Amino acid sequence: MKVRWETYLGAVGFLMLLGAHYVGLFVAPPEAMMGDVGRILYAHVPTAWIGLLTYLVSFIAAIGAMLTGKATWDAMVEASVEVGLLLNALLLIQGSLWGKETWGVYWTWDPRLTTCAIMVVAFGVVLALRKQIDEPARRLTISSVATIVAFVNVPIVYMSVKWWDGLHQNFSSPETVDSAMVTPLRAAAFAMLFLSTAFVVRRWRIALVQLTLEFDAPDLPDPSAPLAVED
Amino acid sequence: MKTTLDILYKDMLIEWRARSRTVALLSFAYTILLLFAFAIGPDSAALRQHAGAYLWLGLLLCSTLLLDRSMRVEFEAGAISKLLLVPVSAPGLFYGKAIANSVQLWLVGLISIPMVVVICDATLTEHWAWLVLTILLGGAGLAAPGTLYSAMIARLSGRQLLLPLMLFPLVVPVVVAAVKTTSLVMLGDPMNQAGSWLVLLGCFNLVYWSLCGVLFGRVVEA
Repeated sequence: MKVRWETYLGAVGFLMLLGAHYVGLFVAPPEAMMGDVGRILYAHVPTAWIGLLTYLVSFIAAIGAMLTGKATWDAMVEASVEVGLLLNALLLIQGSLWGKETWGVYWTWDPRLTTCAIMVVAFGVVLALRKQIDEPARRLTISSVATIVAFVNVPIVYMSVKWWDGLHQNFSSPETVDSAMVTPLRAAAFAMLFLSTAFVVRRWRIALVQLTLEFDAPDLPDPSAPLAVED
Repeated sequence: MKTTLDILYKDMLIEWRARSRTVALLSFAYTILLLFAFAIGPDSAALRQHAGAYLWLGLLLCSTLLLDRSMRVEFEAGAISKLLLVPVSAPGLFYGKAIANSVQLWLVGLISIPMVVVICDATLTEHWAWLVLTILLGGAGLAAPGTLYSAMIARLSGRQLLLPLMLFPLVVPVVVAAVKTTSLVMLGDPMNQAGSWLVLLGCFNLVYWSLCGVLFGRVVEA
């Protein structure tokens, strides 16, 4: 059986993720204010970065699909929105667990949390629309438009900590983070990137097979069947 | 530009001839405000505090009824195909319909202000003109993406469910900015924050009106 390159990439990503989390949990120093609870940043921050990046891929794929009308781009929209939603859901779960320990509640109406929760619905609608429309060409156009419009949420999520004062931390940079914490954070981010790329590519291959069949062979009447004549 | 004005005139004429629908929409807004008042109870301080939120939630719920109807008339009996054969340009069609929807939302919003004052015991400060500007910008911010989305789902079976599901997440920033500005006008604005919220509202309008205008052609062709 042929092993595709994304399988190796996914395996490398998984092993890197294990290594990065080992360093993050047992080697890196605890966070100055939050202590050991702060170690969730090695999972939470890469999930957020790669989640937003996956949505960016879906946005670019949607533009490509709309301009070319090709199933390749349409399959990428489907794959990247699905993986983006998975990461978005993981992000909310990780954030809630961290919030319970730090803020005392699983959920609070902080702008960053609220905009992230809204983003799940905005991109979830793209998948709901795709299920509702049977005609391939129309589905491609409508879901591309929905993805492009849903992407308006992404810069809002990113900038929400700047625009509205809330509980969520503001932007960090390597200058504001201890160097002992930067290395596992970067490793976890690359691991998540490799793993997500593997998921997107594998899902894209599956979607492409389905869509190519639909585009090439729409529901035509069976030529061998006799024509029905109405009285 | 002429196409936009023609479509606007056509839509406004349809609404004028079916005035009972506009009256029904206003009654719906009134009912929503009453329901909020019933839900909160006799706590007039709480009602006053959140009057801006009730006004905009009422307007948001009204917008789904209005937007669904606005595009449904175009898709009934293939009217949209005939419009495009005239030919009417897709951006002209979008801006005509979006402005017509905005005008109706402005009307509902402006008539809702005295209702909010009476039902929620809200007060208007000397900056009441800013409230009018908020209604104008907020209504337009709901109408542009709403017009695009209602066209996208006009032929789908579950459109009444899909429209709010698609529209509400997208317009949350508009609603947040509009509620904030309305509350500042009603409760006082000692820190002069209303201006910055209005600028944010204006920016969202700029993004939605340009993006939706560009994408509408693709949706109608599909």
